[in-house]
Amino acid sequence: MTPLETLRFSWGALRGHRLRSGLTLLGVAIGVAAVVLLTALGEGARLYVTGEFTSLGSNLVIVLPGRTETSGNAPIMGGTQRDLTLQDAEAIERRCRRVRRLAPLTLGSAQVGFGDRRREVTVLGSTPELLEVRHLTLGVGRFLPAIDPDRAAPVAVIGRTVQSELFGAENPLGRPIRIGDRRFRVVGVLAAKGHSLGLNMDDVVIVPVASCMQLFNQRSLFRILIEVGAHDEIAPAREEILKILTLRHDNVEDVTVLTQDSVLSAFDRILGALTLALGGIAAISLSVAGIGIMNVMLVAVSERTSEIGLLKALGAAPGAILRVFLVEAVILSASGGLLGLLVGYAGAGTLAHLYPDLPAAPPGWAVGAALAVSLGAGILFGVLPARRAARLEPVAALAGR
Amino acid sequence: MIELRDLSREYQVGDQTVRALQHVTLTIPKGDYLAIMGPSGSGKSTLLHLLGCLDHPTSGSYLLDGEDVGSLPEGDLAEVRSRKIGFVFQFFHLVPRLTAAANVELPLTLAGMRPSERRRRVAAALQAVGLSDRADHRPDQLSGGQRQRVAIARATVTGPSILLADEPTGNLDRASGREIIELIETMNRGGLTLVVVTHDPEIGGRARRIVRLVDGRVVSDGPPDRVPAAEAPRGSGAPALSGTPAGHPNTRTGSQGAE
Repeated sequence: MTPLETLRFSWGALRGHRLRSGLTLLGVAIGVAAVVLLTALGEGARLYVTGEFTSLGSNLVIVLPGRTETSGNAPIMGGTQRDLTLQDAEAIERRCRRVRRLAPLTLGSAQVGFGDRRREVTVLGSTPELLEVRHLTLGVGRFLPAIDPDRAAPVAVIGRTVQSELFGAENPLGRPIRIGDRRFRVVGVLAAKGHSLGLNMDDVVIVPVASCMQLFNQRSLFRILIEVGAHDEIAPAREEILKILTLRHDNVEDVTVLTQDSVLSAFDRILGALTLALGGIAAISLSVAGIGIMNVMLVAVSERTSEIGLLKALGAAPGAILRVFLVEAVILSASGGLLGLLVGYAGAGTLAHLYPDLPAAPPGWAVGAALAVSLGAGILFGVLPARRAARLEPVAALAGR
Repeated sequence: MIELRDLSREYQVGDQTVRALQHVTLTIPKGDYLAIMGPSGSGKSTLLHLLGCLDHPTSGSYLLDGEDVGSLPEGDLAEVRSRKIGFVFQFFHLVPRLTAAANVELPLTLAGMRPSERRRRVAAALQAVGLSDRADHRPDQLSGGQRQRVAIARATVTGPSILLADEPTGNLDRASGREIIELIETMNRGGLTLVVVTHDPEIGGRARRIVRLVDGRVVSDGPPDRVPAAEAPRGSGAPALSGTPAGHPNTRTGSQGAE
């Protein structure tokens, strides 16, 4: 039998048992699709979080008051904790040469109003450097003026949502708004950015840091955001910053310096576990599919023992019979695998389309493993019983024993 | 030419050894027409399967056209079956999803014949059994008699020297059975060695020679007119004296068919 004739015979046999072939195909397809879809979800979640952090800025160092660990342990060495002040920020900027840009950040929530419209909005206080450090883009107008950080100024930059809610179609530039009990003048509108690290940047108002501190009667900073020159300067910069602040805080290390890497690696551990868990679920569904293939192929072979016997009586060598079943198993598991891939990718694509924030895409290793397992199980469990049948004495095979 | 010498076949069923055939010695000259008869479990089918190289003897030798096929490995036996032997079964054993023509073509495909030659032979074989107009029908669209004709076409399409038929009429009505027997007898007259296993004394009586088996032994071997045609299949009584247990081709007509 030539390969083409073997293929035609196997194809005929598959078509002759449509239901059984269809069910096997479906089993393989579901297993593969499950693996593709689940790992795509896990990978999407990982990419989402990673993307969130990279959008912070590539070489970002964040200083926050109090000693906390990224591992989440509560600070044991409580005691007196000093605030993070504007002077601290200035000291870092002056003494640490690795700092490229630095933006102090304060935060509060206030009612913002224009005319008779009001809105509860997060108010950020910072310096012009914030624009670069947080990778913000200005829609229209200007950003905060370059004034001494100690000086207040009644100017505000508003987010897109704030603009549309308060001003509608009106041009907000130069118009006065009320923030809390103070009046500010709108100088600029941010371009749409959406959520970034838990904050909807479209629904904020940004004012000079001193104004914000007055507004909320604060003397301390919420964060200091620092961008260093290059990625490999992050670690030394972190050491220097810690040293400077410890010195300023009476030799007590009472601040936490987060680097993007430390945050990311913490999240990476969590998300790695998540992907692994999803992969585990997928592996189970794949092995269930494998057992399904095994079952169906076993039934297929025993059901066709008499056909195998007949082929032998007609002069088929054992090798020819084995090839017929091998080709059948390969056709079934390969097309099932491809169908599963198709469904899996379609599902992942639909998810990514519905939730653009979640870039659901199956990782290559998962796709490879799914295809390999389905093909492997199909061939193994197709050939093993066929080999047994091919070795049967033709008489026994004919009798269907 | 088939020569069986002291052939035995035993099966192991659990702890028990079933002696299906015991010390059978038999010579079947080319072109002979032989019926194998005997009660159920007497070893008829075992003998037929051994003759067809579907089974290995436990002991003894089997010479087919001078070649010792009793000890050949399975791969070589498949080759022998492909070239020299055609099978017809009681239950036809057609592949249900294939058309009549495709069923007939199957042994040629397995033998690796060229497609053009295959088509020519399939057409000829179907014509020989009178089913040229049913070539594209699947088995479930054919009557029992027609199915058996397809099976005969399939058994003879490779041009074998021996046709082995296991109860070929056992699953057919009387009229169809008669047609089938007449068809294979026509082929026998063309030189094909014909071995038929049957319960039916009427079918057996048409053969040139009847070999009777009881409990795996040959109890008689001779032309049918020495045996009353109406005799019951149980058949272990009077005719036993007409042949020695070992059996030998002491026939009038058999010598004419011998080479």
